[in-house]
Amino acid sequence: MAGKKGYAVYLIPGVILSVAIIVVPLIMTVYTSFTKWNGVGDQKWIGFDNYTRLFEDELFWSSFGHILLLIVAMAVVPTLLGLVLAAVLFDYVAKKFSNRWASLFRSGFYLPQVIPVAVTGIVWGWILHPDYGALNKILDSIGLSGLARNWLGDPKYALYSVMAIMIWFQLGYPIVMFMSGLQRIDPSLYEAADLDGASLWQRFRKITVYMIRPEFYVVLVTTTIAALKIFGQIFVLTGGGPSNATLVPSYFAYKNFFEKAQVGYGSAISTVLTVIIIVLAFVFLRLQNRAEKAGA
Amino acid sequence: MTVTAVKNAAPASEEPVKAAKHRNPLRFGVLIGLLVLLLLVVAPLLVVAINAVKSPSDYASNGPLSLPGHLYWDGIVNFWNRVNFGQKLWNSFFTSLVVAVLAVVVSILNAYALGIGRVKGRIWFLVFFLVANLLPQEVLVYPLYYLSKQVGLYDSLWSIIIIFTVIQSAFGTYLLTSVYAEFPTELLDAASVDGAGKWRTLWRVVVPVSRPTLGVLFTFFFIWTWNEFFLPLVFLISNDNQTVPVALGVLQGDRLMDATTTSASALIGILPAMLFFVIFQRTLTRGITAGAIK
Repeated sequence: MAGKKGYAVYLIPGVILSVAIIVVPLIMTVYTSFTKWNGVGDQKWIGFDNYTRLFEDELFWSSFGHILLLIVAMAVVPTLLGLVLAAVLFDYVAKKFSNRWASLFRSGFYLPQVIPVAVTGIVWGWILHPDYGALNKILDSIGLSGLARNWLGDPKYALYSVMAIMIWFQLGYPIVMFMSGLQRIDPSLYEAADLDGASLWQRFRKITVYMIRPEFYVVLVTTTIAALKIFGQIFVLTGGGPSNATLVPSYFAYKNFFEKAQVGYGSAISTVLTVIIIVLAFVFLRLQNRAEKAGA
Repeated sequence: MTVTAVKNAAPASEEPVKAAKHRNPLRFGVLIGLLVLLLLVVAPLLVVAINAVKSPSDYASNGPLSLPGHLYWDGIVNFWNRVNFGQKLWNSFFTSLVVAVLAVVVSILNAYALGIGRVKGRIWFLVFFLVANLLPQEVLVYPLYYLSKQVGLYDSLWSIIIIFTVIQSAFGTYLLTSVYAEFPTELLDAASVDGAGKWRTLWRVVVPVSRPTLGVLFTFFFIWTWNEFFLPLVFLISNDNQTVPVALGVLQGDRLMDATTTSASALIGILPAMLFFVIFQRTLTRGITAGAIK
């Protein structure tokens, strides 16, 4: 459709701001990724050297390996668990008890999401502290001191501890999204299923899961991208340690920018991360469109 | 609107509910299972709350799970004074408020041109704002850091305000454009028959009609900006400029932080967020739904 006249002027402030804050810095970072630069003085063009170095860097590969596990903890587990919990709350608790119970549970599960990530980092850093942390004290007091660990300080357990924390943190988001999606479902569908003698599993598979596919995709994409971008919790909980056991790409880039003054290398890391996120998002969008067309 | 739909549906299903209550003894099993799970989710916050008001000696002798023998406020008060927490609260509040207002305004202007004006190439603008939404902040941070030093905005709240206005309005533009694309044309036609120009139509018709969506965006932008950590960590280095998450985050691992002080600091970080949650809960729940449609 042809554009109406005279509206383009309304885009001017937004375009100027976007160019200054997003377009120019993005181009600068991509350019810098082909140079050697310590943040002051001249940038030296070195072609693809940063990238070849990156692909040989064990830390880079392990940081992406950690991200795969964090996608399990931040996207896969919360989405699946959230789907079941949302269905139970919507289809069972709200009907057999009351809506108030259902929304009480929903708010409770959502609570960790409203707290600043840096603060959730403090909460868990304290609970899991090896000397004075609550978890080890509790294990001691119930005679299970053998299970006490240096949860975040031992390279063997640190990443798993972070994963557990991230499940706790993310769970509420899919629940809220799925419950709002479920409200679109025509109650007569469930009644028809009852009349046909459908089992609980069939109700869940054929109605609940089927009807909220749009939310399912949105949740999976947004949580996966959130996992790829994770920074705050890692910074506060472990600082990427111990011995890089919880290093993630964003923190890896941060360290190169601001601790090691290897700006070119940091730019290469963040450029790769950006490309991965955008490709992933567009693949998801394609899949979603195709699924919607198949459903229609 | 979804909320009212559920309320209306509830009384209709009253009858079968009563019948089911007598038939199914397992139903309390489900409820108890959910309550246990809920307790697990909330427990860390409860543990933080009880230990924030516990004296260090009480903690040393009775551990983290006992209720405090008496309410001990010194931990919170000392921590508050030590980090000058009132200042951080103000920094966070000021930044979040200004960002929320400015980002809503920028989103309105963009969405007016794209959703209602349907300017040429709007698909490409939308793709741009979608990609801008996806970008990790790491890919922007160093040039922004460098440029802000050039223009003298480094270590100033205004650097953060400008950056987050743009980042948040990328999401806002994307969401609001889809809302404005469905805007009732009769209202626009009526306004132009009345002789209102585009500028007047925007502020007298479009904005008032879309106020619920704008409220949701405002709420989102405020809370998101409040919770931001990465960019404020990089840009706000002096003590007087730090926001709440940065002030609390950088203190981790500090020698002066013992068990009760740490939980005191966590509690005063949690409380403002809880307060917003309570205030905004209705808009928030509706808003998350709105986000799903994007």
